[in-house]
Amino acid sequence: MARDPAALPRFVLTALIVVLLIPGFKLTEFEPGVLFDTRNRETIGRFLGTFFPLALSADFLQLVIKSTIETLAIATAGMALALAIAAPLSLLVTRSLSISRIGPGPGLWSGRVLRTPVRLALMLCRSVPEIVWALLFVRAVGLGPTAGVLAIGITYGGMLGKVYAEIFESGDTRPTVALLESGSGHLPAFLYGMLPVALPEIVSYSVYRWECAIRASVIMGFVGAGGLGMQMELSMRMLSGGEVSTMLLVFLLLVMLADGISAALRRVIE
Amino acid sequence: MNARHWIALVLMCAAVIGSFTYLAIDVRALFSVEAAAQMWNYFARFFPPDFSADYLAQAWRGTLETIAISGVGTVLAAACGMLIALPACGRFGPVARIVSRFVLNFLRSIPELVWAALMVFAVGLGPFAGTLALALHTTGVIGRLFAETLENAPPEPALALQLAGAHPAAAFFYGTLPNVIAQFVAYTLYRWEINIRMAAILGVVGAGGLGQMLYMSLSLFQQAQAMTIILAMLLLVVIVDAASAALRARME
Repeated sequence: MARDPAALPRFVLTALIVVLLIPGFKLTEFEPGVLFDTRNRETIGRFLGTFFPLALSADFLQLVIKSTIETLAIATAGMALALAIAAPLSLLVTRSLSISRIGPGPGLWSGRVLRTPVRLALMLCRSVPEIVWALLFVRAVGLGPTAGVLAIGITYGGMLGKVYAEIFESGDTRPTVALLESGSGHLPAFLYGMLPVALPEIVSYSVYRWECAIRASVIMGFVGAGGLGMQMELSMRMLSGGEVSTMLLVFLLLVMLADGISAALRRVIE
Repeated sequence: MNARHWIALVLMCAAVIGSFTYLAIDVRALFSVEAAAQMWNYFARFFPPDFSADYLAQAWRGTLETIAISGVGTVLAAACGMLIALPACGRFGPVARIVSRFVLNFLRSIPELVWAALMVFAVGLGPFAGTLALALHTTGVIGRLFAETLENAPPEPALALQLAGAHPAAAFFYGTLPNVIAQFVAYTLYRWEINIRMAAILGVVGAGGLGQMLYMSLSLFQQAQAMTIILAMLLLVVIVDAASAALRARME
């Protein structure tokens, strides 16, 4: 019988993965037995059993609609805050908008010195995950949607600021430079030279981020930042599976709806 | 700017104003000097971070736990995804295809964090819940990617083996698998990278790793220790980013 020529490398690779995984299984307290333990199985079975039928009482549906609107509002208000943070900061870090770079003159070093901390601040904002910001703000401003709005505003402000600056730089910057070199100020050069080139991309990216913000605001609810997620967490705590499955369904519909809206908005802009 | 642009702009402004009104957020109070001072006071308590040897050792363990959660979760997902991808690419008839696609879509459309919250109820607090949650969501993602890869793989090698009398399983292992395995590995590594980031935060619902340590230290008002954990999370993400960029550069 012919031997498989690739058998040895495959065996070595598999053995390596297995050896690396053994401490992993220990660290993750991997015990599938827990899932099939009789007592536990009964509890899980009972909880899963409550997932159907869906909870559809009028009172509960009203609550779901209310928290769905709240989720949408958190995402929208958060995006507005993110925009308010990102718009000025992205202008600050865009190198093509710098007058001092054109030629020798005052302000060359102060410009550089200013840009670096702004860039670092944007990086810090977006590197801390939104759910960690939410966790921090829930303790600073209390349970509820305000924490969610702040968390989305800061994380997405950091992302938008960086991406906006990249979009500004990647477009045709010659009109801007021409305006600056003929003596125009920063803002007119931006508005007439840079924005018209970059706007479609800016809008379509922001709309896409708004869609992500909806998903994020549901998830942040789990740490108490309001909206559908917070309600879902409460229902889980009360082991009412029917309510959880109704809300999961609403969540999926919401994601699909946001997808549709953002596609439509992007069509309008193009 | 034409009429449609104006309508879109007005609608967006209305949505923003409506949102702030609906949430009853007092913007002026939120951005007042007083609120800023309060915020400053709150965040000042996070510094300096707790760098005592004892706590650094705990943070290190949490980091290892996070990596273990992501690794085991991803490997489980790759194995399950492979098993479900076979029927999902249409190998066992149309009914099996529809059913398995539905299962994959279902697993994928529920976010990791929701799975984690559910798993905490099923198996209790701790890293095992996080591992299962990552495995469930990632199975949905990877299963779909694997199924698409299998569908796009050239059928001729396996067909030739089968026509020459090979068992279907042997034809799959020697005719199809060698063509797709590189893609499978690439997808799995890509998801692992995402899962490391996810595993770091899943703990906020009690699913182990750095997230759970962060949640506990914040609940106990140990802000200095919370800051250590946040720094560990950032460091982990930076290292993973750099490693994956280096790996990608080498593979190209």
